[in-house]
Amino acid sequence: MAVYKRTYHGYDGPLTAEWRRFLVLPRYAFEDMRKNKRFFNFLIFSFAWPLLCLAFVYLNHSASLLRMLRVSTPEILRVDTQFFLIFLGVQSMLGVFVAAFGGASLVAPDIANNAIPLYLSRPFSRAEYVLGKGSMLMILLSLMTWVPGLLLFCLEGNFSGWSWMWDNRSIAIGVFFGSWVWILMLTCQALAYSAWVRMKHLGSAMMFIVYFGSAAFGNAIDAILNTRWGALIDISSIMGCIWISLFGEDIRRVRGTPFFNVHGSGLPLWMSWAMVLLICSFCLYMLNKKIQAVEVVK
Amino acid sequence: MESASTEQQLTAHRDRPVIELDDLDVRLGARPVLQKLRVKLTGRSIGLLGPNGAGKSTLINTLLGFHTPSSGTARVFGLDLLTHARQIRSQIGYMPENDSFIAGMSGVRLVRLMAELTGLPAEQALERTHEAFFYVGMGEARYRDVGTYSLGMKQMTKLAQAVVHGPKLLFLDEPTNGLDPPARARMLQLIQEIRDRGDMHLLLSSHLLRDVEMCCDQVLILKNGRIAAFCDLEEERRQNRRFLELETRGGGAPFVDAIERLGCEAAWSGNGRVKLVLPDGVEVRNIYELASKQQVQIRRMSHKRDSLEDIFLRAMEEKAPVATTGVAPPPAAR
Repeated sequence: MAVYKRTYHGYDGPLTAEWRRFLVLPRYAFEDMRKNKRFFNFLIFSFAWPLLCLAFVYLNHSASLLRMLRVSTPEILRVDTQFFLIFLGVQSMLGVFVAAFGGASLVAPDIANNAIPLYLSRPFSRAEYVLGKGSMLMILLSLMTWVPGLLLFCLEGNFSGWSWMWDNRSIAIGVFFGSWVWILMLTCQALAYSAWVRMKHLGSAMMFIVYFGSAAFGNAIDAILNTRWGALIDISSIMGCIWISLFGEDIRRVRGTPFFNVHGSGLPLWMSWAMVLLICSFCLYMLNKKIQAVEVVK
Repeated sequence: MESASTEQQLTAHRDRPVIELDDLDVRLGARPVLQKLRVKLTGRSIGLLGPNGAGKSTLINTLLGFHTPSSGTARVFGLDLLTHARQIRSQIGYMPENDSFIAGMSGVRLVRLMAELTGLPAEQALERTHEAFFYVGMGEARYRDVGTYSLGMKQMTKLAQAVVHGPKLLFLDEPTNGLDPPARARMLQLIQEIRDRGDMHLLLSSHLLRDVEMCCDQVLILKNGRIAAFCDLEEERRQNRRFLELETRGGGAPFVDAIERLGCEAAWSGNGRVKLVLPDGVEVRNIYELASKQQVQIRRMSHKRDSLEDIFLRAMEEKAPVATTGVAPPPAAR
């Protein structure tokens, strides 16, 4: 055990690069996350679906196994855009749970205990703080969505050949960018709710209320007013429109795909993007306002 | 020769401004909180005094970059606050007044996190964390959740996180708030030790005049967002040591004349009382020798004591800013 002289001395050792100091926050957040067994178990569970999909892709290309299982119509087991939309649909749904339970405890405890001035009195900006806190969710959601999605794509490409990969490159683009749009929106929302709703459980509930409530409300508006503009407040439908465009698909072909939601004939694409931008900007604005208000101990 | 050059270096170091405020105005909303602050603070340990709402915390928060000046400039170690806020913050340690911690974190993890955010690599951060805790006198409690700490332990943890990265300037906002007498004594002792080591400057904001008097060599007194007084306590103490008040028996005009022949300024105030100022080269011992020669009994000798409390009260009463002692007062105080 080291024995220190009881005196103070300055520090003149090496310093880490400024650009990567924000990564300290997700490292600490992951250490905390490991202590929360229920959340950790749920996270493990959320990798079950990608594993099933991996098995599915393998099965699709294993003739002997198909024969053994007496599956004679390989058309049922097609790995195409719909397959990846279902994969992403399930994972994004699980992502809502991860963002709700993992995001609620990101900013709220710092605000409740006046910790913000401790962070910001250092060479550490408000933007780095938000990025650091959000990157924990971004890393987790990436591991759940586009990382296994691209792995699946590469596995299928490995079995079907380079020409399949080239012909279906829009799937890879859709999986990657579609996931990121979803990740950014969930992260912004989770941080904003965490900052504004002090109670952890209420913060988690807010995520579900907004996600599922907006879908129900949007459908109700469509049904009662016989319009398609209810889709504007249905987050899953907005995201569906964006995914379709990123996957380069036709809405008529993918309508009815399980775990995939698009209202009616969908919204104009620009409107969906505008809504995503609006939601993210509003969340970041609210987050900034809250942090600005508490960065000085009163 | 060597000592002379060392002294020159020390003088140069002492004269280099730690904090320079140049017509600094800060508004919170429409309300002016700091107005036309103009001062150069060069002390090793600077006290910030003032009644509630005087602007002490606002000044600290402005120097930390939390508030943007509405006009004027502020410089810390010569770096402009507007253009070099990040560099300035990397040289500052801040101990806030209120409870500030992260729930569910042990003391060690909290201080280590803060060290890493300032740029220390993980291993060095952990080592420095333990050094800082050892320095502030916290033992095994450092492994406990900060939320379970007593107020004194929280204060020590805040001090540990403020010094862990080895800052050049330490902001202490009411560091003895709510501490019991032993803990307060320990905190003041730590602050004095930090001051005396000489490798860190201190800015101590407090309501407690005694704390400031014990720990600081310069004091800036704020009132209604303006500088009410600026006082170099070190110079004050030096000057006070040269100002004597004697109570004599058998003394009179001849004794006063003899004192003046020594080069002192002296005044007879009746009833055997003499007030005098010792010039350089004349010591108290010379006065005793003179009294012995003239068969005068010195029954009491006291140094003039213009305490910080006197200065503070005078500053609070007066409308115009007060500058005390020989060093050049800040322009605003002239």
